[in-house]
Amino acid sequence: MSTSKPEAPVVPIIANRKIVSWYEAPARQRVRLVLDSGSFQEFIGPDQREESPHLQVFDLPTQFDDGIIVGRGRIAGAPVFVAAQEGRFMGGAFGEVHGAKLGGLLRAARDVRSIPVLIMFDTGGVRLQEANAGELAVAEIMRALIEARTAGVKVVGLIGGRAGCYGGGGLIAGCCSALAVSEQGRISVSGPEVIETNRGVEEFDSRDRALVWRTMGGKHRRLLGGAEAFVDDTVESFRNIALHLIGAVPGFGPDVLKAEQARLEQRLQRFGLCADAVDIWKAEGVADTEAVPAMAAADFNDLANKAREPRYDAR
Amino acid sequence: METLSYRHKAKESATGSKRLAIIGVVASGNLEVLVERVLPGTECQVDINTAAEGFGAVWEAVVADFVERRSPGGLKLSINDGGARPDTVALRLAQAVRLIEEDDQ
Amino acid sequence: MKNWDTQKTSLAERLADGRRYASGKTVEAVDLSIFLQAVIRPGDRVCLEGDNQKQADVLAAALANVDPARVHELHMIQSGVVLPEHLDVFEKGIARKLDYSYSGPQAARIARMLFGGKIELGAIHTYLELFARYFIDLTPQVALIAAVSADKDGNLYTGPNTEDTPTVVEATTFKSGLVVAQVAEIVDRLPRVDIPGDQVHFVVEAKKPFYVEPLFTRDPAAITEIQILTAMLAIKGLYAPYGIRRLNHGIGFSTAAIELLLPTYGQKLGLKGNVCTHWALNPHPTLIPAIESGWVQQIHSFGSEVGMDEYTRARSGIYFTGPDGSLRSNRAFCQIAGLYACDMFIGSTLQIDLHGNSSTVTASRIAGFGGAPNLGSDPRGRRHPSEPWLQAGKEADPEGPAPLRRGRKLVVQIGETFGEKNEPQFVEQLDALALAKKLNLELAPVMIYADDVTHIVTEEGIANLLLCRDKDEREQAIRGVAGYTDVGRRRDAKMVQRLRERGVIHRPEDLDIDPLDADRGLLAAHSIKDLVGWSGGLYAPPSKFRNW
Repeated sequence: MSTSKPEAPVVPIIANRKIVSWYEAPARQRVRLVLDSGSFQEFIGPDQREESPHLQVFDLPTQFDDGIIVGRGRIAGAPVFVAAQEGRFMGGAFGEVHGAKLGGLLRAARDVRSIPVLIMFDTGGVRLQEANAGELAVAEIMRALIEARTAGVKVVGLIGGRAGCYGGGGLIAGCCSALAVSEQGRISVSGPEVIETNRGVEEFDSRDRALVWRTMGGKHRRLLGGAEAFVDDTVESFRNIALHLIGAVPGFGPDVLKAEQARLEQRLQRFGLCADAVDIWKAEGVADTEAVPAMAAADFNDLANKAREPRYDAR
Repeated sequence: METLSYRHKAKESATGSKRLAIIGVVASGNLEVLVERVLPGTECQVDINTAAEGFGAVWEAVVADFVERRSPGGLKLSINDGGARPDTVALRLAQAVRLIEEDDQ
Repeated sequence: MKNWDTQKTSLAERLADGRRYASGKTVEAVDLSIFLQAVIRPGDRVCLEGDNQKQADVLAAALANVDPARVHELHMIQSGVVLPEHLDVFEKGIARKLDYSYSGPQAARIARMLFGGKIELGAIHTYLELFARYFIDLTPQVALIAAVSADKDGNLYTGPNTEDTPTVVEATTFKSGLVVAQVAEIVDRLPRVDIPGDQVHFVVEAKKPFYVEPLFTRDPAAITEIQILTAMLAIKGLYAPYGIRRLNHGIGFSTAAIELLLPTYGQKLGLKGNVCTHWALNPHPTLIPAIESGWVQQIHSFGSEVGMDEYTRARSGIYFTGPDGSLRSNRAFCQIAGLYACDMFIGSTLQIDLHGNSSTVTASRIAGFGGAPNLGSDPRGRRHPSEPWLQAGKEADPEGPAPLRRGRKLVVQIGETFGEKNEPQFVEQLDALALAKKLNLELAPVMIYADDVTHIVTEEGIANLLLCRDKDEREQAIRGVAGYTDVGRRRDAKMVQRLRERGVIHRPEDLDIDPLDADRGLLAAHSIKDLVGWSGGLYAPPSKFRNW
């Protein structure tokens, strides 16, 4: 029985809109509230109507911004580029225009060199209806991201929305300088249903949601080292961690890549035979593994910091 | 997909000075409304692109009531609709007007 | 000479036949089908639990495997047709006739089988009505029931999901019927005795718990702004002015929204202590914030709810619990409580016609009635007064002399004008009428009759049918809150305006409610996880609701 109980949510008598849930907030609200008030300038905004050229064929409605918002603003006074995916439009999935907006932003960051990038992931991967364009876009984005990092740009990923960060999104996240994730966030390439279909329900029961979260969810990613930071589900927490990570991550180069290779080899060596995330947590010295899913963020972070300090130099 | 367009004369012009606002998400049962302050005087236009075909009469009634209640003069409202119900449409139209009438945040 | 003992003789024969497969009262699970073949006679009235929530699933499977040559023409009597096996017995020629109350999960299949002539339908009932007939003309000869555990004397512990069992056993055992119970385990000592061993003839150890449907859990994450608006209207436009302390909520998202708005919106309106103090209600997780915030004095429950056992155990000041600490539910008593001791029922439906009749039947699905016709009816046998009851009675009959005036229970239908798949809630004619014709039923399956409905709440406003003086006013009051449905668009606008001026229809603005303020920020909990937090970790939601 855990001594740290789940927290009752803070609910003032009239709900205070400043305590906004990241999970609940639309992408536009996340951008507006993470950045300094009034500092956001959107690139290729909805009034430009750069909508998907492909969805009509499928009798599907388009969205004016094709499900991603890109632009620049300031965070604590310092300039930053921002991209935010809307997870509720087509599952936040990459299509031609959507992908081009993110790829274009990263190329701009590469050319400017001095402004970091925040990517608010909320995606199931590539849109089936625009598969080829989407896959190409993911590849172009990964290249642009690495080129930007090579030019000295910090690229920080924030993950905690409804769609999680799957498929091509998971691959792009893996290229970032650092990732912050909340409990609701999930990071993976293959999704639970795909794993079940391909490997059978005994291997992975996609309806066992506790299992899904142990395998791909925010807390596990933090404990495994797949994400540098774990935060509470509030816009304020994400803003604070973004600031921190932009400051904390070092540069990028062959030494960092070699360190990351070593880090991943060591992970495979330590945990390769573990059948379940719980085995990994035990191996990391977590005493009460059953208590982890229900733990509040502050208690969890104390635990995670003891088990594994975030390593900023090996990604 | 069906495209609809309605032009009205509102009782008054919408207040505020923002040029542009947007609300909502395109998803099943939901819609986005992009509102732009680009029309002269009390003219008002609502353009709709919808996945649910054959509901022209309902859209017409919803838009007429909206113009009567909210006086969106000077505004062009553009909708991408994922099959939302009329009450959700009415809500988003009202939210869009409130947003564009608000002071800049 | 008339033999008055035939039932006792029959019971003795069945006991003798059954004991060939039993050791004491215990039957092995592997022998269950053969055992049932031995104790059930062709043409028997069999009650198979089939409750709203818990299912005697092992007994159902065994019954579906008996030899139809030995056991046939059974008359099945059960609250709920829930498991596939409940209909398999008809496909296989084991059962012929059916009397029941609720068929939610099997609604489509039961419709097909009824149209196809595979089931001879007795009638569809409301729960309390079916229980009543157990004692008059539908007394079971065999009852196949579900309990948590048994001891070697056949005493049973039914626990939080006691539900229908005491009622079923009472009717069966005291009319010399046979009672067979499935339990998860046979133990030395029960936590408490819910059914005495004298009333139970045989027990089978299933080695796993009986199946329970999580029916009463609504994820706060799925509650929409429009549902929140209808909830605000209900709280400010009905709960407050009538002073509703004693009530029952039907399941649904609008009522879940009401429950989650009490600690926030309700608090802001200053209503704590004045409304929602005494409930006939299952342990809804969405009521946890209101309970924790001190709104609730007492709740009696029809059954339990998956994941709520520890919470109810820890809140014995609120819920009914036994000396062992676990919840004690009882559907029959809770239905009576909802009928006579509550001043309001509020719930959702699928269709409402121009009179105010409401139905959940559609052309291809027959979901049955469950408890709503009972809870959503005006109890004309009631005699004790209360303020809301007297107030509603006065609105219904303003001219009559006060001492001779009946009170009225508030029966409220709440929902959005368009429901699932954008189907309109308001229709000129109920699908139930077409169904009655197709199935040759004397009565169209109406959930709540027009003359019981007192108020309708939609996002467009509240219609108070008590204040309507004739049929036309009633029709226009309904059209006046039917939004943009065809029914709503065909309203007589002038008459609707007059009704609004008289207070028969209240729009949100009339109650000082701005629809744009109906926002998810008002909910005391936004997610299942929030509910777990509110409960201090006592609520353990089923896996399908987790996102952690």
